[in-house]
Amino acid sequence: MSMLIIENLHARVEGKEILKGLSLSVNAGEVHAIMGPNGAGKSTLGNVLSGRDGYEVTSGSVTYDGIDLLALEPEARAAAGVFLAFQYPVEIPGVNNTYFLRAAFNAQRKARGEKEFDSMQFLKLVREKLKVMQISDELLHRAVNEGFSGGEKKRNEIFQMAVLEPQLAILDETDSGLDIDALKHVADGVNALRSPDRAFLMITHYQRLLDYVVPDFVHVLADGRIVESGDKSLALKLEEHGYAGLGEGAAA
Amino acid sequence: MNSSMINESSASTTLRDNAEVAEALGRSYAAGFVTEIEMTGLPPGLGEETVRQISAIKQEPEWMTEWRLEAYRHWLTMPKPDWAKLNIDPIDYQAISYYAAPKAGPKSLAEVDPALLETYEKLGIPLHERAALAGVAVDAVFDSVSVGTTFRKQLAEAGVLFCSMSEAIREYPEIVRKYLGSVVPTGDNFFAALNSAVFSDGSFVFIPKGVRCPMELSTYFRINAQNTGQFERTLIVAEEGSHVSYLEGCTAPKRDENQLHAAVVELVALEKAQIKYSTVQNWYPGDENGVGGIYNFVTKRGDCRGDDSKISWTQVETGSAITWKYPSVVLRGDRSVGEFYSVALTHHYQQADTGTKMIHLGKYTKSKIVAKGISAGRSSNSYRGLVKMEKGAEGARNYTQCDSLLIGKKCGAHTFPYMEVKNPTAIVEHEATTSKISDDQMFYCRSRGISEEDAVSMIVDGFCKQVFRELPMEFAVEAKKLLEVSLEGAVG
Repeated sequence: MSMLIIENLHARVEGKEILKGLSLSVNAGEVHAIMGPNGAGKSTLGNVLSGRDGYEVTSGSVTYDGIDLLALEPEARAAAGVFLAFQYPVEIPGVNNTYFLRAAFNAQRKARGEKEFDSMQFLKLVREKLKVMQISDELLHRAVNEGFSGGEKKRNEIFQMAVLEPQLAILDETDSGLDIDALKHVADGVNALRSPDRAFLMITHYQRLLDYVVPDFVHVLADGRIVESGDKSLALKLEEHGYAGLGEGAAA
Repeated sequence: MNSSMINESSASTTLRDNAEVAEALGRSYAAGFVTEIEMTGLPPGLGEETVRQISAIKQEPEWMTEWRLEAYRHWLTMPKPDWAKLNIDPIDYQAISYYAAPKAGPKSLAEVDPALLETYEKLGIPLHERAALAGVAVDAVFDSVSVGTTFRKQLAEAGVLFCSMSEAIREYPEIVRKYLGSVVPTGDNFFAALNSAVFSDGSFVFIPKGVRCPMELSTYFRINAQNTGQFERTLIVAEEGSHVSYLEGCTAPKRDENQLHAAVVELVALEKAQIKYSTVQNWYPGDENGVGGIYNFVTKRGDCRGDDSKISWTQVETGSAITWKYPSVVLRGDRSVGEFYSVALTHHYQQADTGTKMIHLGKYTKSKIVAKGISAGRSSNSYRGLVKMEKGAEGARNYTQCDSLLIGKKCGAHTFPYMEVKNPTAIVEHEATTSKISDDQMFYCRSRGISEEDAVSMIVDGFCKQVFRELPMEFAVEAKKLLEVSLEGAVG
């Protein structure tokens, strides 16, 4: 059975219907890219899956690991292994980055009935992950995202993902606002985390990220629905022709 | 050059709509119990006779009685202050008892009533020296009297005097007479005058020349008796080149009536002396409907009397129905330094009008103010501060930072900074921010697996970091926990 099954999902934001019957299945080990024009509902999909307030599901279902994902609070979804890398990571002044991450890590472990890590164990884990992510440990001593550059914020998201080891990682426009070097760093991080047990949903506007993180499937999201699916070549086709004229037929 | 500025900014914002539901859940106040113990005291009422009786009970010398009476007569002539941004129900001064004490009078620690020891034990302040916090000496004040002071012998060996004020008046009259009222004169303000007339106990600290106090000193104030006011008086004198760090904590039982607490604290720092004074104030704040709670009307002032002296106030204010206090520093000595670090949290119907005054008289004096206000529920939280650069304050500097954090949509935060600059070489800087715990921050934490309550305390803790790191280690931990408890149910 697929890890994630989205069926005929309809969702509203501030009374306006954004998702209009979206269906998608994702298996463990797969990387799916969700592409589409602005306003198609890409970020809404990420927010609905992670349980943000203000996103109202009016019909349809989301089954994750055989359970009803939409019935869970955001923190319970996190503990169940769902991770959202934010398009705009949030600053929390005065809260140490490592402290925050350990609180999150232990809260998830506790919710799963696993033993919490003490600070020594956690520090050891963090050091290992830092090496893989090629992140300087200076970031660890600063407050959560406070005063981080755009690139640092995105890398911090990937670093959090590396530590929290989710089953389903949703990357919401993680490539936006990054220069080419930062993009490569982020892509290296994502590639290092690819594994047969883990699935990725990469939401992106541009295909350039897909040059570095090669997806198994590419879906085009337009007007609240998946209008076309294919492999990597679909992304290249989009690059060439743009989003205009896509999805005719599928919408009928 | 003369300049003054008054600025008010108010704001109230929303976190979530169902906050009231959660608010109804209220909060827990762990220190709200009552100790059953046989008490003695004066009946309610206030007059010259009351003042004489208090002085007589304490076996005070005549000069002290006269000092009190003078203050009382002055108090009668004073109008009640009403300039603060507070709604205060009228106080009936004749309905208050001005003296209450456990019947078994003060004795050595070994003989203290077990019920009292148990009270302090429950509050996390063990008075047995074996069990006491390592390296912290405690003076425990219960209603109107000190019930015991720990580690006195060790302190005496270092030459440090640490005892109750009543005892100091009897044992060290010459020091008390020299300094009492020298920082906060008897007629300073309405509540200071009342305190001067009827003060019952408090702590006395004297650090002789060149001595670095070998341990933290602290006083734990507990109001227990009903219909009683607590009027304590604390005096700390640090002679030339000495150092001391002092901490006070306060709690009271849950009661439906408001109780008055009007204290006066005086600090004197002579040349090159340093005093660090920390407060964790957790008086009963009243219930979620604003019934009951302590009126906390306190005058605290430090005098940097000598050159190169330093006085630093740190306060964490979470309790009391109404808080009205402005720990201040008079920067008299050249190059003296004054600091004020404050976290004031209000919830439900609590009101706080608190801040500081930095009075720069000496040359190249420096002051720093960091004030953090957190408002939740329907509470009102005001920062009020005065920075005054007098004519002689050549090259003096002040830096002020006021930050407000709002939780919920029915609370208010206000900032009233006053500045008076009479010396053109003096520099005054002021920064202020108002923020709220944003939905984005909450969602960010929750999406990482952190519960709502934990997310709020984490964000609040981050907001307070600058102040918490000024507190002695154990108390920083206590302060953090206190904020968590005080914010219970602030978000839903």
